[in-house]
Amino acid sequence: MGGTPNPLPVPNPGPTAASPGPHPGPEPGPSALSEHVNSGPLFGKEAVFEAMAHNAAVKALSGLATDAKFDRKELTITVAREKIIVACEAVKAAGYNFFEDVTAVDWYPQEPRFQLSYHILSHKLKQRVRIAVRLDSAGLTIDSITSVWPSANFYEREVFDLFGIHFAGHPRLTRIMMPENWEGHPLRKDYPVEGYR
Amino acid sequence: MASVEAPNMITPGIEDIIANAQMHGNDGSGDHTMVLNMGPQHPSTHGVLRLVLEIDGESIVALAPDIGYLHTGIEKTCEAKFYQQVVPLTDRIDYLCPMTNNLAYCLAVEKLLELEIPERAQILRVLLNELTRIQSHLVWLGTHAMDIGALTMFLYCWREREDILRIFEALSGQRMMTSYFRIGGLALEPPMQFREQVQNFLDIMPGKIDQYESLLTGNPIWMGRLKGVGYLSPEDAVALGVTGPPLRASGVDWDLRRDMPYSGYEKFKFDVPVSTDGDVWARYTVRLLEMRESVKICQQAMDMLASMPSGRIVADAPKIVLPDREQMKTQMESLIHHFKIVTEGFAVPAGEVYQAVESPRGEMGYYVVSDGTAKPYRVHMRNPSFATLQALETMCKGRLLADVVAVIGSIDIVLGEIDR
Repeated sequence: MGGTPNPLPVPNPGPTAASPGPHPGPEPGPSALSEHVNSGPLFGKEAVFEAMAHNAAVKALSGLATDAKFDRKELTITVAREKIIVACEAVKAAGYNFFEDVTAVDWYPQEPRFQLSYHILSHKLKQRVRIAVRLDSAGLTIDSITSVWPSANFYEREVFDLFGIHFAGHPRLTRIMMPENWEGHPLRKDYPVEGYR
Repeated sequence: MASVEAPNMITPGIEDIIANAQMHGNDGSGDHTMVLNMGPQHPSTHGVLRLVLEIDGESIVALAPDIGYLHTGIEKTCEAKFYQQVVPLTDRIDYLCPMTNNLAYCLAVEKLLELEIPERAQILRVLLNELTRIQSHLVWLGTHAMDIGALTMFLYCWREREDILRIFEALSGQRMMTSYFRIGGLALEPPMQFREQVQNFLDIMPGKIDQYESLLTGNPIWMGRLKGVGYLSPEDAVALGVTGPPLRASGVDWDLRRDMPYSGYEKFKFDVPVSTDGDVWARYTVRLLEMRESVKICQQAMDMLASMPSGRIVADAPKIVLPDREQMKTQMESLIHHFKIVTEGFAVPAGEVYQAVESPRGEMGYYVVSDGTAKPYRVHMRNPSFATLQALETMCKGRLLADVVAVIGSIDIVLGEIDR
């Protein structure tokens, strides 16, 4: 792709926008949804929470979720930015004991611009839940979850380094991949692939 | 799992260590603690890992890893490529297990596309992944033993690794950066001598593992350097994000191949070795047992393949998988598909998936976000060594400086996947 500048993202609403996305699943019927793994994709908080009421993560986050989806057999629950620590503690208490990953997606030029995706695994339930948070470019700060899972330390540093999102309460929020004196955050969509000239 | 109260497990920064030493008036000339720089060019850091250590005599007081020397921005590069062009990039992330990376990425995109992969391709993928695991563990064993001082092991391990690399070369034309997996299946039909080559290797391998054990397992120097060193409790391992053999060596019975099967692993019978010792010795025994289990899985895969000597190795999806060469030259439609895939790629429906596989080092996860176009909107790799590195200080604190080398070897670090 050589010297072409990084193309701007296509104005596609994307999977996490308010619209249900290009794959609206079958309408959740009353039957066959008790075993959520066999159901089709579900979009929207009501649809997911009704069909998957027995899921441990759904139960734990029922009061916190602002949006939810069950797509490609993966459960995503969106919570508000202020509630991230509460949400993490809630899923941890519900048996999701292992923090796997946190990363960000830049939906530039849409607002809210950034999406943070936390992947949490339960060794006991053999299930995974994705907690998503949307961040406006006006307030790029979120609470650090290192108090809940110390393993989030390096991951949050990486997101800070490459996306410029601040984690309040992180013990050491410094760059981890790029040199200390680097300018800009390379994984943002307005950062060109070949770097600034 | 017990809940973990671990506020002190956050590793200090390099500046902290240096500032702390200076505050106590120790610029390296004092008689209490001193700051020691290890790496990034150091033979036993397995790449370009830099550690800053505060030592009191020979004991580790504090330790901070400094990474990023090998950062090449692969995640950013992925966003500028078509989906199928990302496969060769994934080889280069963890260069000791290219097939595992290929598999994780292909499974993630196939999940987005909701593609069905033919059974024969799935079995071949499992077979190749287990060969990769043996190959990666051989590199680990050779270099780990060399760090400890058992130089002979290195040559023995490289001898068997060469056999596997020859199989890979015959299969894909490349020894290390194989790029053999494709979205929707595999690149090529395995060559004529493939089954014979693999069978020969599987026949000799258990005897070779016995040979390694006869050199190391009862060796008093080896035992003295490994036993009781680098202890990691199961609670700490879970809290610090450790996965793979180090997690199982700490007594947590978790293996994605068995517990969240992918690519048909549920059809295979194998044991997951677990040890409760949590030290470097436990990681050594767990990995050796894993190699034996991998040989078993490979043998089962070979038996399954023998019962289906021919069959599709790619999904029936002409708009995603490149057509057969012969068809492309004789059929108009195949030619069009080929042209379109090569020049425009293929559109992947919008969505996000996270696909984790059990790599030789632990959980390797690919988070792929699609916006509905032919290029991935975001590809993120969750790499096992990156998380395991956070546990390094917990394992080394209070131990001797020479043990750091043993501990780094025992977590089987690959800097390519940490820095990406």
